[in-house]
Amino acid sequence: MADTKTNTEDYMRMYRQMVRIRVFEDNANQLYLSAKMPGLTHMYSGEEAVAVGICEALTDDDRITSTHRGHGHCVAKGADYKQMFCELLGKEEGYCRGKGGSMHIADQSHGNLGANAIVGGSMGIATGSALSSKLQGSDDVTVCFFGDGATAQGLLYEVMNMAALWHLPVIYACENNGYSEYTKTEEIAAGSITARAEAFGIEAFTVDGQDVLAVNDLTQKLVARARKGEGPFFVELLTYRYHGHHVGDINRAYYREKEEETIWKESRDPIVNFGKWLSEEGIASAEDLKTMEDEIRAEAKQAVDYALAAKYPDESEVDMHVFAPTDPATLRPGA
Amino acid sequence: MREITLSQAVNEAIAEEMRRDPTTFLIGEDVAEAGTPFKVLAGLADEFGTERVIDTPIAEPGFMGIAVGAALTGSRPIVDLMFGDFIYLIMDQLCNQAAKAYYMSGGKLNVPLVLRTNLGATRRSAAQHSQSLHALVAHIPGLKVAMPSSAYEAKGLMKTAIRDNNPVVIFEDKLMYNDKAPVPEEEYLIPFGEAHVKREGTDITLIATSSMVQVCEAAAEMLAAEGISAEVIDPRTIVPLDEATLIASAKKTSRVIVVDEGHQSYGITGEIAGRINEKAFYHLDAPVLRMGAMDVPVPFSPALEDITVPTPEGVAENARKLMSGEMIHAA
Repeated sequence: MADTKTNTEDYMRMYRQMVRIRVFEDNANQLYLSAKMPGLTHMYSGEEAVAVGICEALTDDDRITSTHRGHGHCVAKGADYKQMFCELLGKEEGYCRGKGGSMHIADQSHGNLGANAIVGGSMGIATGSALSSKLQGSDDVTVCFFGDGATAQGLLYEVMNMAALWHLPVIYACENNGYSEYTKTEEIAAGSITARAEAFGIEAFTVDGQDVLAVNDLTQKLVARARKGEGPFFVELLTYRYHGHHVGDINRAYYREKEEETIWKESRDPIVNFGKWLSEEGIASAEDLKTMEDEIRAEAKQAVDYALAAKYPDESEVDMHVFAPTDPATLRPGA
Repeated sequence: MREITLSQAVNEAIAEEMRRDPTTFLIGEDVAEAGTPFKVLAGLADEFGTERVIDTPIAEPGFMGIAVGAALTGSRPIVDLMFGDFIYLIMDQLCNQAAKAYYMSGGKLNVPLVLRTNLGATRRSAAQHSQSLHALVAHIPGLKVAMPSSAYEAKGLMKTAIRDNNPVVIFEDKLMYNDKAPVPEEEYLIPFGEAHVKREGTDITLIATSSMVQVCEAAAEMLAAEGISAEVIDPRTIVPLDEATLIASAKKTSRVIVVDEGHQSYGITGEIAGRINEKAFYHLDAPVLRMGAMDVPVPFSPALEDITVPTPEGVAENARKLMSGEMIHAA
């Protein structure tokens, strides 16, 4: 365990970020249940320690790629509630002006290259982002988030091969929440998940994804090594998805027992357990933490209300942003 | 003016742009020391080093995805896809990722990337190395598609493609790599969305892409000998498409054949014919004719392969039928 006196601020920020994710998801779920949100969304609740433990080891210049279950990564990388809720509701002030929605939030100001609705679809993007770092001589690191289900995609093996050959500063973060959509991971993944990376000579680690300090500690070490050209790395984070595959996946007894969910929620919750530790260590009282959560819930409510009242994009925006402009001056000879 | 091959033209364009912009790099299979199987990129690794001319494993989706990620983060990759037929392998990265990033992010992320690949049958390469698949990508909003018809276009369009802030797919005709054409020594770029009237005419318009431009020029020669004046137009980019020039020519001549090496059904020829029908209908004296490749996988045997693609004789024959009115009541 790291030194508690000097790291108080870091711990409190990690706790805060985890609560921000949980609260965001509680609100997003409510928006779905009350039919105020168009479409569906995939809840990150239960997996907060993964996104926060990792993103707290990164700077704004470091980049991530995210998944369909991406709100957690987005919040952890520093995104703003208002713009996120606006995006979820398809509003003009959303991160993508309402064109992306829940599964495509991108926030390049914090290094979030975007969520991806194709399972495994961003593995190439993350690896290419790491190639950019190498070509540009920067020490920025890219983290590629994906789930256990995505380990079945061939793209992963193509890009891990190249990342290993070229020593790219990328960390493949496999969030193993035990379920590949509506199927147990053990039914879709033969053999060991970390061995997949080890086959390419990539150092691979398994960490308790419910323990934010363990995740953060490991990530800090790997990020520091990746900056020195010792990458790539692979981390399997053992975690759990509290909700179904998406918010509409309510009756899921056919693939998952209620008891199992209860056990994880009651004994393995990353926020509750970290909160207990903070109290035991005398870093924050239960009351302090409750106050923090109340503030965050109030902020979320305000953001949701704002987003509900916000404008939809004007119809004229429908064919905007198909192509990026190219300055004609750059297309002249000699330019 | 000096004459160089299409292959040299592409090589020059890439070299010039890589000198101009240090964020550009080449990536693909056997692009470095080998300079591709067609030797188009020969010598570039010597000048720019293998840091910027990057050989990859045989993993098209992987290196395409990596290029998309690099393009999203300040680099300008030029991706080499050895055969156009392999485009099926990279469809997710090209069409779901590269093509949509700018739109899905509401204009925040863009993908300045060039995918250079090829098209063209009659090389006796059979069904998986002979396809002309540009219609597949032209269908996807967010991708620009260039189709050079000679060394001159190949150079000018490649330079524009590399400077464009969007994903651009360039299809080179692999049978034309050794064909020479006049190419100026001094720098030039060819803007996207500007068709080129290759040959002026008054009786019939032949709209042709890539490999089919020379087919139509040969057909126009034959027709000229018979007193039929054919106009040949090369759109040069099919996305964006210079509709105005095509429509104006259709209105002028009143008869149009659209010739393209992609499969005829659901292809470029139908798209262009449709636009002319919509916008020049009252000026037409005959139905707009489509001539694409036959709707069959490309066969290996020369006896079969040669009849799957449009030829100058075939174009001229159809032109005569349109001129004589034979096709007007064909239905």
